[in-house]
Amino acid sequence: MKRAKRINWFFFIFASVLAVFYAFPFVLVLINAFKEKRAVLNDPLGLPVEIRWKNFVDAINKMGYWQSLGNSLIVTIISVTAIIITSSMLAYYLARTKNKFSSVTFLVLVASMIVPFQALMIPFVGFFGQRGINFPQNQFTIAFFYVGFGVALSTFLYHGFISNIPYELDEAAAIDGASPFKTFRKIIFPMLGPVTATVAIINALWIWNDFLLPSVVLSDTDQKTLPLKTFVFYGKYTSDYGLAMAGLLLSVIPILIFFFLMQKRIISGISAGAVK
Amino acid sequence: MRFRGQSLSRFFIFASIPLAIFTLVLVIPFARGLYFSFTNWDGFTSDTFVGFDNYVKSFGDQAFWGSLVLTLLYVAASLVLVNVVAFGLALLVTIPLRGVNVLRTAFFVPNLIGGVILGLIWQFIFGQAFPRLAESTGIPIFQENWLLDTTTAFWAMVIVTVWQMSGYMMIIYVTALMSVEKDVLEAAFIDGANNAQTLFFIKLPLMAQAFTISLFLTMRNSFMAYDLNLALTNGNPYRTTELISLHVFKEAFGYGNFATGQAQAIIMFVVIAVAALAQVIISKRMEVQR
Repeated sequence: MKRAKRINWFFFIFASVLAVFYAFPFVLVLINAFKEKRAVLNDPLGLPVEIRWKNFVDAINKMGYWQSLGNSLIVTIISVTAIIITSSMLAYYLARTKNKFSSVTFLVLVASMIVPFQALMIPFVGFFGQRGINFPQNQFTIAFFYVGFGVALSTFLYHGFISNIPYELDEAAAIDGASPFKTFRKIIFPMLGPVTATVAIINALWIWNDFLLPSVVLSDTDQKTLPLKTFVFYGKYTSDYGLAMAGLLLSVIPILIFFFLMQKRIISGISAGAVK
Repeated sequence: MRFRGQSLSRFFIFASIPLAIFTLVLVIPFARGLYFSFTNWDGFTSDTFVGFDNYVKSFGDQAFWGSLVLTLLYVAASLVLVNVVAFGLALLVTIPLRGVNVLRTAFFVPNLIGGVILGLIWQFIFGQAFPRLAESTGIPIFQENWLLDTTTAFWAMVIVTVWQMSGYMMIIYVTALMSVEKDVLEAAFIDGANNAQTLFFIKLPLMAQAFTISLFLTMRNSFMAYDLNLALTNGNPYRTTELISLHVFKEAFGYGNFATGQAQAIIMFVVIAVAALAQVIISKRMEVQR
């Protein structure tokens, strides 16, 4: 018993040291975000001698923080909502319709998950850009794109769950006179809660952090999302690392807050999403 | 007949809009891309069909080969290291230790943040913090900026990738480790199996599915890695750390070679598809049937 305890202590210390290594990059950003630029260059590892809040004020102004934060929030919320609606309905159709068309469609969706965005990126820009359809550059357009790219995985997740809901429920609703849409909205969708949570979390993390799609689609500065703005901002201010670090910290904070509020759901959402 | 009418209306209600968006956003650009890769497309017009010229040109291009080989090395290194580290972490955080949730969180958090931001953070670490650390402690490996040399820059990317992805895969392994049934473990204990035997002969075979998933996800993510590459090295020094994604991007949008860039993107897709298929088939064979 004593030996087992000692071994656990050893593992505990080992794990803690590892955890410190994992957290080290963030700690480094945190301490340097409060420093004056020469202080960063002279001693990037030490604690700040004086706390310099001005870095944050400057960073917020120079990167247009609130605007890009708002853009990211709006894009993520609209896209995730749209993905939940479209993919749950599509999955319901595919799970309940047994014919060749629906099984082929399902296969195409699954196969599409290994298509890298890079394989469509170049024609994508031509097709939707100024010389093609000329979509307006706004949050709805981006959300539209995210539905196109996100619908496959989410439909797949919903499909597995809906297949396990007994068909008798649909029949009972139909006998009571409910239309197919009403059956879905009132009976089926409320049962999908756990999958909806998984779908929402997986897509929200992806869309919030996505860089490549908005970087090729958005040229209008006022529409740019947080990762884009941060990247440009950092490139501009590498001569002032204190300011640059403040910018990085600002762009990391929202997702960390979200995580600490929803920690349990996020972890269980990810494990549920992966096991499917 | 009535049934058919109903199924058509069901299609319009539930499936038509999602499938229309999917087709417009994914299927059509993919088909167009495939078509353009066989033409002399310059981004705006494509007037001549050139057969396999773009593919031949791509394979004759040393920079493309370089980035393809680099990508394969990067995928192999990440595949092994991410999963070894992740599995080790999973074993560590399933021991009943105090503060285990804090530990899990610490390992997971890098995953929440996008590759671009992570790349910028590490760019600062390799460029500023490590050289300074070497100065004050005398550890020689940190002396030079890792990002300025091809080999060390490659390993820098792998290190950051492991740091980023291992927490996610850890969650998958933790879930699998905890879902091994208690009575199976008890039976093993009664039969006199020690910890190592239980791990290798009971737990590992029963959680093979978790390996299939983690390996697949790691492979897919590292084949498509772009953000980290862009923010950490941007292909430097001299385009020697350009992974395939960044290479395709620069070929098309940087140098204006749209048709060859597209052909290279299609090659990338084929490589991913073949690798993914092979991996899934091999892993499925190793899973225990129950």
